[in-house]
Amino acid sequence: MTIFDFLLEPFDYVFMQRALAVTVIAAVVCAVLSCWLVLIGWSLMGDAVSHAVLPGVVLAYIVGAPFAVGAVIFGVLAVALIGAVRDTSRVKEDAAIGIVFTTLFALGLVLISVTPSQTDLSHIIFGNLLGLSHSDLIQVLVLGAITLVILVIKRRDFTLFAFDPTHAHAIGLNPRMLGAFLLGLLALTSVVALQAVGVVLVVAMLIIPGATAYLLTDRFGRMLILAPSISAVCAVVGLYASYYLDAASGGMVVLTQGAAFTLVYLFSPRHGLLVTRIKAVRRRKLAAA
Amino acid sequence: MSVAIDVKAVTVHYGDVLALDQATLSLDKGRICGLVGMNGSGKSTLFKAIMGLVKPDAGTVTIDGATPAKARRSGVVSYVPQSEDVDWQFPLSVQDVVMMGRYGHMGPSRRPRKADKLAVAEALDRVELAKYAHRQIGQLSGGQKKRAFVARGIAQEATTLLLDEPFAGVDKRSEATICELLRELARDGATILVSTHDLHALPDLADEAVLLMHRVLLHGTPNDVLQPENLALAFGLDIATRSESTP
Repeated sequence: MTIFDFLLEPFDYVFMQRALAVTVIAAVVCAVLSCWLVLIGWSLMGDAVSHAVLPGVVLAYIVGAPFAVGAVIFGVLAVALIGAVRDTSRVKEDAAIGIVFTTLFALGLVLISVTPSQTDLSHIIFGNLLGLSHSDLIQVLVLGAITLVILVIKRRDFTLFAFDPTHAHAIGLNPRMLGAFLLGLLALTSVVALQAVGVVLVVAMLIIPGATAYLLTDRFGRMLILAPSISAVCAVVGLYASYYLDAASGGMVVLTQGAAFTLVYLFSPRHGLLVTRIKAVRRRKLAAA
Repeated sequence: MSVAIDVKAVTVHYGDVLALDQATLSLDKGRICGLVGMNGSGKSTLFKAIMGLVKPDAGTVTIDGATPAKARRSGVVSYVPQSEDVDWQFPLSVQDVVMMGRYGHMGPSRRPRKADKLAVAEALDRVELAKYAHRQIGQLSGGQKKRAFVARGIAQEATTLLLDEPFAGVDKRSEATICELLRELARDGATILVSTHDLHALPDLADEAVLLMHRVLLHGTPNDVLQPENLALAFGLDIATRSESTP
């Protein structure tokens, strides 16, 4: 088998072509969004929203509405509930997040268990890359494109919001609106990504690429290029690995991203563990000399 | 002379805690005012009230005769945050941060035009940070960081500058540089409100000073405010006598 056969063989199948398209789109959109999430410190929020959309998606399925509508409603509801619990009780934010998203996620699981045609819906939890229909692909393409275009056009405002919301306020912008907007996009992105890797693993795609890029550069513009590039490459590598090892595709994609993060964490020329250790030793020697 | 910042009988509560009690303060255009008071005396709340970040329970704030919301939209207000409120690891260059001052002048995608780039370059020149334009923001010294944020206000063409503890963690020489810069800006017509713990630098920096303890205890010259009996009102006797005995 030549290298070309190795690379091309999986894509003789239509289901693998669709899987590739959906995974790469999800990987790219999630990665772009993750750049802001890791800088704002919203990783837990990403976790919460991506889980909390589950009942929305199931209800949308039951009433025959687009998944995105249910997801955004429940994403927004989750954020509102988290804010309410945090602000109106003595419970701290991390606990509020944990309570709200697990409860909503559980609601989703219960709804799935009582809804006929369970086979279809259980795929939402773990993803079902290899069973994507043509309309799934179209939905991911449309939602992914919308989210990506908005993120790219408003990127400077989101970065301002992440860096200095007070300044955003001072020049007449509304930081709360910007934050809410970003969380709405997070809910949309969760719908895109849950087709690929499932609700449980979406959060990985929403955190790992941004965190990886953050260790590689001190320029936000470069993060926005690096994170989706790394994420897309990992998605493709993960998909090949799942094909040839006959392993779960969503799991393989996230494992690949985790491996890429580990490499960067250790060997990044700018903020890697190795380099910072060497620098520290040199500084100590200089100080001793 | 026209009034730039006008705070009238502003009262702010956080829950049951009284932060500002009928605070009244009027600042003319082109003046530098030092805001002096203990931690928890309401200095930050006063800034927030002026910027419209907290809604007063009573009283009004106007900036250049307009409501805070209107003043913000017209881009006349600039705020230099306390160091501890900034994420210095954030992957932005000095130039990127100063460019954020221009966002109010730009279209919805905040794409910088030639005029914006020029304004940023001029602002960086003005604060003598041009050669550090491409440095990551955290790679500056304490004083340079402050100047970068002042440059953001200059690029914004703000006429009202609010600086929250700009001298904390800044060495004496940088402090003098910042004072000189602020005095230049005031000469060009900017109105500047600075909260500070550094009482010794006050007479060199400010035209007037305010002593705050939830209420405005005193609004006069820096030397009035620095009278031990007046400081005693705001800080308690202890600090007043110490500040007298230290050079």
